[in-house]
Amino acid sequence: MIRFEKVTRRLGGRLVLDAVDFEIEKGETFVIVGSSGAGKSVTLKHMVRLLTPDAGRVWVGDDAVSEARGAELERIRSRFGVLFQGAALLQWLNVGDNVALPLREHTDLGEEEIDRLVEERLRLVNLEDVAAKFPADLSGGMRKRVGLARAIVMKPEIILYDEPTSGLDPVTSRTIDHLIDNLRRELGVTSVVVTHDLHSALAIGTRIAMLHEGKIIEVSTPEEFIRSKQEVVRGFLDAQYITQRGTWETA
Amino acid sequence: MGPPLGRPGETAIIHREPEYFEPPINFFAHIGRRILLTLRNAGRSLVMLGEAFLCLRSAFTKRVRHEVLFQMFVTGIKSLGVITVVAMFTGMILALQTGLELRRFGQEVNIGTAVAVVMMREMGPFMTGLIIAASVGSAIAAQIGTMAVSEEIDALELMSINPVKFLVTPRLIALAVMMPILTVYTNILGIVGGAIVGATQLGVSLTAYFDNATRYAENKDLYVGLFKAVLFGIIITTVACHQGFSTSEGAVGVGRSTRKTVIISFLTILVVGYMVTRLFYS
Ligand SMILES: Nc1ncnc2c1ncn2[C@@H]1O[C@H](COP(=O)(O)OP(=O)(O)OP(=O)(O)O)[C@@H](O)[C@H]1O
Ligand SMILES: [Mg+2]
Repeated sequence: MIRFEKVTRRLGGRLVLDAVDFEIEKGETFVIVGSSGAGKSVTLKHMVRLLTPDAGRVWVGDDAVSEARGAELERIRSRFGVLFQGAALLQWLNVGDNVALPLREHTDLGEEEIDRLVEERLRLVNLEDVAAKFPADLSGGMRKRVGLARAIVMKPEIILYDEPTSGLDPVTSRTIDHLIDNLRRELGVTSVVVTHDLHSALAIGTRIAMLHEGKIIEVSTPEEFIRSKQEVVRGFLDAQYITQRGTWETA
Repeated sequence: MGPPLGRPGETAIIHREPEYFEPPINFFAHIGRRILLTLRNAGRSLVMLGEAFLCLRSAFTKRVRHEVLFQMFVTGIKSLGVITVVAMFTGMILALQTGLELRRFGQEVNIGTAVAVVMMREMGPFMTGLIIAASVGSAIAAQIGTMAVSEEIDALELMSINPVKFLVTPRLIALAVMMPILTVYTNILGIVGGAIVGATQLGVSLTAYFDNATRYAENKDLYVGLFKAVLFGIIITTVACHQGFSTSEGAVGVGRSTRKTVIISFLTILVVGYMVTRLFYS
């Protein structure tokens, strides 16, 4: 579904992605982990051509998104819903209008139908009675969930989540995990999730990839991932108190 | 949730990928790069402006109409106070300076013409342009710049909402309409300011002043001034939006874009103002 072919990208004079190669299957929940600044957000942005590789190609289905322009790029992008790391809500629109924006711009639905859809999506992310509030009046975690509601409002077939649960309390985090998992099970949505939260990665991921110093150093199923012998992966697991036998057995 | 909704939209042709240049090897490389980048940015601004014009059709949708009215309102209200003071004093200074010189030849009654012509041809649009660049242009750059660094522009693009159409076109219309209106206001206040100085400092009666002013000032003076005002409005929007879109590096970057917007608008207004005057009066 999404394939990176030797994708190389320099940013700010630093090699952020160094010939990265991987493939995401249709219907997967592909989790990308890695330390801060490893290039996870950069990787996501290449999938929708907010960034273009210096070398290599990014494929979405049969389309080379890294070379697409104009109408073709629009067509590819319209398959995606994206949750940005900082939610990226428009500050001068209230929550309801933010979520409704893609509907208003790209569908001919009536206002009542739009209101109904918006409310339904907000309920999916555990938000109620916030439609009239402005983004500046919400907590970081609430903004994130509004961003998530907006990402799924057009029913995209591929959803990119940049740290969907960072800044959320554990209970809400698990709700979001369930939502992501349900979208995959019930609708066959392909998801790419960037997260620091290994618990959620292990719970929802069909495969987990670790990005380190510009390379994907590990791609494996959750079961294999916690048994990885690689030092960097082990360090990452240990730091969240995950051992090969399960969680919470402090090393 | 059912099948996907909606139809694809259109992409903007603005360039927003982050850029990085190795430090220049020497002073000349530095200067050369500055020149090339300036030319390139000017080109990109013009491409963006062209696209904003192509999106003018969209001005007839309800959302854009609201946005245009809102921007016009903000532009007018934000700058009215400053413009009032600046316009009055510009007229007063003009009247006083020329009046004191003309008095040596016993010609002080002609300050009417002097003030009216200079205000309408030059000072009206120029002063209004500077004030709007500093107050409205900087605000546009700061707003769009903040959106750029918080990934809101990226989000718009991904929702297939053309940022140029969504953000630039309404502001372009608003400023291109408001600039001439505010310029007329500046002209009137400037001429009134001149009249006050004439009456109180130079002994030119109000009737003599206005009689003189209307006798020699032509319609052409007014039209050329208004033409300049429209151009200045377009320049300010273009510079501010382009700077906003190319903002990077967080809050520091927003500050930098705001500052550059004011400086570049000032310089462009100055140069374009001169060229229009050349075009119509020589
Ligand atoms: N627009 C940009 N201009 C310059 N450098 C950039 C830009 N975007 C990202 N980078 C650099 O690329 C590297 C990777 O950034 P990225 O945002 O992908 O990190 P990340 O893995 O998402 O980290 P985090 O977990 O903190 O979000 C960083 O070193 C960053 O400085
Ligand atoms: Mg990130």
